Amino acid sequence: MSEKFAVGFDGSDAAKRALEFAIGRAKAQGGSVVLIHVLEWSPYSFLTPNELEERHKRRTEELERAETAVMKPVLDGLGDSGVAIQTVIKYGHIADTLGDVAAANNATQIVIGRNGHSSIGSRVFGSVAGSLVQTSPVPCTIVP
Amino acid sequence: MTSIYTRAAAAATALSLAAMPAAAQGIDQKINEVFANSTGWFVGFIFSPFPGTSFPWIVAWLVVAATVFTLYFAFIQLKGFGHAISLVKGDYSDPNDAGEVSHFQALATALSGTVGLGNIAGVAVAVGIGGPGATFWMILAGLMGMASKFTECTLGVKYRNEYPDGTVSGGPMYYITKGFAERGIPGGKILAVLFSIFCILGAFGGGNMFQANQAHAQITNVVGDFPGVITGVVFAAVVFAVIVGGLKSIAKVTEKVVPFMGVLYVVTAVVILLINFDKIGWAFGQIFEGAFTGLGVAGGMVGALIQGFKRAAFSNEAGVGSAAIAHSAVRTKEPITEGYVSLLEPFIDTVVICTMTALVIIITGQLLIDPATGNYMLNEAGSAIATVDGNGGVALTSAAFSSAVPFFKYILALAVILFAFSTMISWSYYGLKAWTFLFGESNGSQLFFKVLFCIFVVIGASASLGPVIDFSDAAIFAMAVVNVIGLYFLMPIVKRELEGYLGRLKSGEIKKFSTPAE
Repeated sequence: MSEKFAVGFDGSDAAKRALEFAIGRAKAQGGSVVLIHVLEWSPYSFLTPNELEERHKRRTEELERAETAVMKPVLDGLGDSGVAIQTVIKYGHIADTLGDVAAANNATQIVIGRNGHSSIGSRVFGSVAGSLVQTSPVPCTIVP
Repeated sequence: MTSIYTRAAAAATALSLAAMPAAAQGIDQKINEVFANSTGWFVGFIFSPFPGTSFPWIVAWLVVAATVFTLYFAFIQLKGFGHAISLVKGDYSDPNDAGEVSHFQALATALSGTVGLGNIAGVAVAVGIGGPGATFWMILAGLMGMASKFTECTLGVKYRNEYPDGTVSGGPMYYITKGFAERGIPGGKILAVLFSIFCILGAFGGGNMFQANQAHAQITNVVGDFPGVITGVVFAAVVFAVIVGGLKSIAKVTEKVVPFMGVLYVVTAVVILLINFDKIGWAFGQIFEGAFTGLGVAGGMVGALIQGFKRAAFSNEAGVGSAAIAHSAVRTKEPITEGYVSLLEPFIDTVVICTMTALVIIITGQLLIDPATGNYMLNEAGSAIATVDGNGGVALTSAAFSSAVPFFKYILALAVILFAFSTMISWSYYGLKAWTFLFGESNGSQLFFKVLFCIFVVIGASASLGPVIDFSDAAIFAMAVVNVIGLYFLMPIVKRELEGYLGRLKSGEIKKFSTPAE
């Protein structure tokens, strides 16, 4: 069975390094890549009535922006790497959603970059890498 | 509309004099006078009693409506309660729809519009006049009101307007117009216009002036007396920044803090009840006894009943139609699911939060009892029950909270100010929707409404409790008059939706999404 790498991608340099790492491995093993961009979202957050009204419009805009400003430039930049890359854009809690999408696509491992927060920063804001290693359904590689 | 302009002019004068406290005191009284004179006839009509009794027809109107919906939908508030919780938890939400407004968000936003001063000050007024017995009738009305809310919010989603850019507008004015047209009943447009007018008045009254008024009362209670216009101007400036200036950051902060305050309020109340653990049985005894005898309050049992029903309706707004406006924003294939979710609102608002306030006031012994008869003693005017410090309204709740733990009154003050603010933001939206229904969605007309709304914040903070509370009740109940007529005509449509939905739920066509996606 060929390897399928699920890559969490947010457009940052660290995420690009993770993608390069995954593509390199996939190429060597004849595997493929699922590129996942998660828009942070909680169904339990609080919105004003005005935000409720505009939510659908905003969601459409956000998805479009994710497609054109995050996914498209990186795919264009890669050129033809010889590796099949599939893209997924989802709303949700970042670490949980990465795990869910990886599982749904039968990925064999998850690759993410890390942004190198100080430990205090991670304590306050939480760390995707930290949560993912605790919850990931498949082996997880964190690229510095 | 002339009276509005008169008052707007008065407020403009008040604004320019805000820097002079001595003069401002006189302005307070002047605004009050103009206010009482210009709204008295309206209040009188809405609260006029049945001939030969002291029972206002409007109270009967709402209770009859809630009873009709309860029976028509076969006690949906009991049978559908579990399903409502399941919907809010997201059990039936498609994970692929993440990023759209969730049931929980619609519920939370609608609640932040209803959980407010009605729960703190309004209950104090009800218990202060109607005695502990008012609590019983308030809870009963809250439970019945769940069926009214179910009906109106289902219709709100079913008949909303969806615009090409993805935004939506919904509410009673839309379902009355479209629903009546669909059933071939004439007069829908007229009712919708009437509703919109009352909704604008309600937004200025209960959704604005009452909030500003009680927030000011609460602030003076903590820091000492100062003219209301000052509080009014500060509140107006913040509201202006959010609704006109589009300052999302303030709204964001409030919307995060308000639910937290709601929980903190209930926790604080529970702490006070636990401190007085031994008296809980006695308090419920007072509530039940008072419900059927009045325990000496003005008007006896009927007095307690009227106060309880009035407060429940004013607090949870079931049958008023306001929540239908907020719930309309949810994108769901099944309008009835919003109905289910919304029936939780009167429960949380009235049966849980209002009852907490009432229990705290009763249990901390704020209401004076005549030891000889066991009945409550009336104040000198005979209009309300005498209290320990002669307080009424929000000051009574504050006294009750601080009598248990002194610093609790600061928690309460913060809660009042934040609740007042979030309710104003919600009602500015409800009023705006009614306004644009009447006058079109142009930016100019929206701006005019928003500025007028801010002016009314100043007026509300300046007027004394009496005229403001009367007018806000009257305007909101007037919305209910029109909305309930609409609901009677449209309830067969809701029934059809409900039966279709339950059928598909039973057949397994609608089922829970397994979480997480495996």
